[in-house]
Amino acid sequence: MKLVLVGLNHKTAPVEVREKFAFPESGMGLALAGVLERDSVKECAIVSTCNRVEIYAVVDDERKGVEEIKQFFAEYHGASLEDVDGYLYSYRGSEAIRHLFRVASSLDSMVLGEPQILGQVKDAYEYSLKFRSSGPNLKKLFPRAFQVAKRVRTETKVASSAVSVSYAAVELAKKIFSTLEDKTVMLIGAGEMSELAARHLLNAGAGKILVTNRTFERAVKLANEFEGTPIRFEEFISHLKYADIVISSTGAPRVIIERGDVERVIQERRNRPMFFIDMAVPRDIDPYANEIDNVYVYDIDDLQSVVEENIGERQKEARKAEEIVLEEVEKFQKYYREVSEIGPVIARLRGTFEEIRQAEVQKALSHLKGGDEKVVKVLEGLSRALMNKFLHAPTTALKRGGDDEHEYSLSEAVKKIFNLEEGEEEREKEKNRVER
Amino acid sequence: MNAFFLKLAALFYLAGSLSYLAYVVFMSEKAVSAGRFSLLFGFGVHLVGFLMRYFEAGYTPITNLFESLSFFSLAVVGVFLVVERRYRLKVLGAFVSPIAFILILFTAFLPSEIQTIPPALQSYWLPIHATLLFVGDAIFAVAFAAGIIYLIQERQLKRKKLGPLMRRLPPLDVLDEINHRCLTFGFPLLTVGIITGAIWAEYAWGSYWSWDPKETWSLITWLLYAALLHGRLTVGWRGRKAAILAIVGFGAVLFTFLGVNLLLPGLHSYASFGR
Repeated sequence: MKLVLVGLNHKTAPVEVREKFAFPESGMGLALAGVLERDSVKECAIVSTCNRVEIYAVVDDERKGVEEIKQFFAEYHGASLEDVDGYLYSYRGSEAIRHLFRVASSLDSMVLGEPQILGQVKDAYEYSLKFRSSGPNLKKLFPRAFQVAKRVRTETKVASSAVSVSYAAVELAKKIFSTLEDKTVMLIGAGEMSELAARHLLNAGAGKILVTNRTFERAVKLANEFEGTPIRFEEFISHLKYADIVISSTGAPRVIIERGDVERVIQERRNRPMFFIDMAVPRDIDPYANEIDNVYVYDIDDLQSVVEENIGERQKEARKAEEIVLEEVEKFQKYYREVSEIGPVIARLRGTFEEIRQAEVQKALSHLKGGDEKVVKVLEGLSRALMNKFLHAPTTALKRGGDDEHEYSLSEAVKKIFNLEEGEEEREKEKNRVER
Repeated sequence: MNAFFLKLAALFYLAGSLSYLAYVVFMSEKAVSAGRFSLLFGFGVHLVGFLMRYFEAGYTPITNLFESLSFFSLAVVGVFLVVERRYRLKVLGAFVSPIAFILILFTAFLPSEIQTIPPALQSYWLPIHATLLFVGDAIFAVAFAAGIIYLIQERQLKRKKLGPLMRRLPPLDVLDEINHRCLTFGFPLLTVGIITGAIWAEYAWGSYWSWDPKETWSLITWLLYAALLHGRLTVGWRGRKAAILAIVGFGAVLFTFLGVNLLLPGLHSYASFGR
């Protein structure tokens, strides 16, 4: 398989460029057809997300294929090749396979290990199926990439720890509470990050949510959104004792929950632990409350440093993942040769022999002037047995060739010796089938 | 023959300890199953050894330091296997299995022959009294391990330096729950153990309580755990405070068992080093 890939991503191109050269879903059919029109392209798929735009193509000629796809990239978006060339990278052969595996495993993502990319690559593959731009090669390659991504996910921890502040809050809550199901969350004030954290906590199973805000209407609105209970801001301190997790992000100029408040509340709660997530700047919760037993207070900087630590952890895991990817590229290439290169050679070899055999049996029968059923049977059996025996050794040699350095030339040799070269005609047929 | 089983069990406990430690270091699930199976096999072998000695000797073999250490170790592994099954707390293994291993290791330095036991011990109170107390102590050993893990985990959460260890440690409330459960099972055993001891003492020595060092230290231990249980139930002590008390309490358990035997002569000293 001659696979090439041309694309740009967050490392090579700024967002304005990525926006400009993206392929929106609505135009995907047209774009795929456009790539397929190029001379050397046999199959193709397009991955287009906000962080990357990549065209994967199976081609006749790698060099020509890359040039043609670059050309397409520019033309499709109404730009000249010089405009875009500086942002584009291209890979061929095993490097292209490796790149796809890395992308699907989220090793090439802006946020290492983020989970969306796998879905986006799957979408790209679905489009290529829908618009019939993928053929036998991509149909092997893409599903394999999904398997690799799954393996990376289960065997490394590249995606296991939280790398956003709001997820980090959930992760920490789970280190204090084994289950969130019977826990109550109190959301004080409003803010994008704090609402996100509340949403994550609810998704993680948190049972109840109390919402308070300086403007009560706002609290009611937010409470409706979260299916929670609104509480008047003047009264929130007296409800604090019901909250296991408190998320606060008000615009208050000074702390709204004093250490003394927390001391009182924790006593009323008979020391049941409390987790305060302070997302406000300036802070809402007295940081010294963290010194009270069974009370944990994290401000935005604390959460940020947890996130940074997690990112470091992911990078360590990514090294393991890279090795898995390399191993899988090798495995895929071997598998591919077996099914796609050796398989057809064997099939053609058998086909040729079968034709000869049938012709010779017919010839023999005409010499025998028809012959009765028994004679036909014997001749068929004899010729078939001879053919199978003759073909046994070359077939096994071809199959075994998988591990051998010279395996490729071996299948080439078999093609030459037995005159199996596929005609121009046939190749043309294959291309037409793909285009349909 | 039973000594052979004991050595085999010791090897299994060592393998279990190393596997669980490997789990903590490498986070490998395979290490957990290796650890679990090692302990399970070790426990089986150990139990067989114990029963063989029981039939050979004709009495419950918890009469001297050798036998007590061996039984204590057996009980610790047994209790741990139950707790692990219930709470799936793999990390606990890294702390509990070394305790079992060290206990059984000590027996290697002690005379292992079956002796004729002093008349005071020839009683059906022996299996009741000793078994109850050692199983109770084993439960406290698990509470001790949970307490240590709690303190590590709590410290990391308070200091906000999470480090790789934090990822493998269980949530705080599970550890506290273990503390609580161990207390509710261990404390009654300790109490009944002490009471049966007193009754037996009345039969054997003619007095329920004679303030011999072992009795005194059992009382101190009992008071510590009573304080913890009381604090938990009435004032809602939990978390760090409960963890610390469980650690201190187990210190008292160990001193009552080993310290008194080795350092303070008294009525219970048939279990001392010399014998």
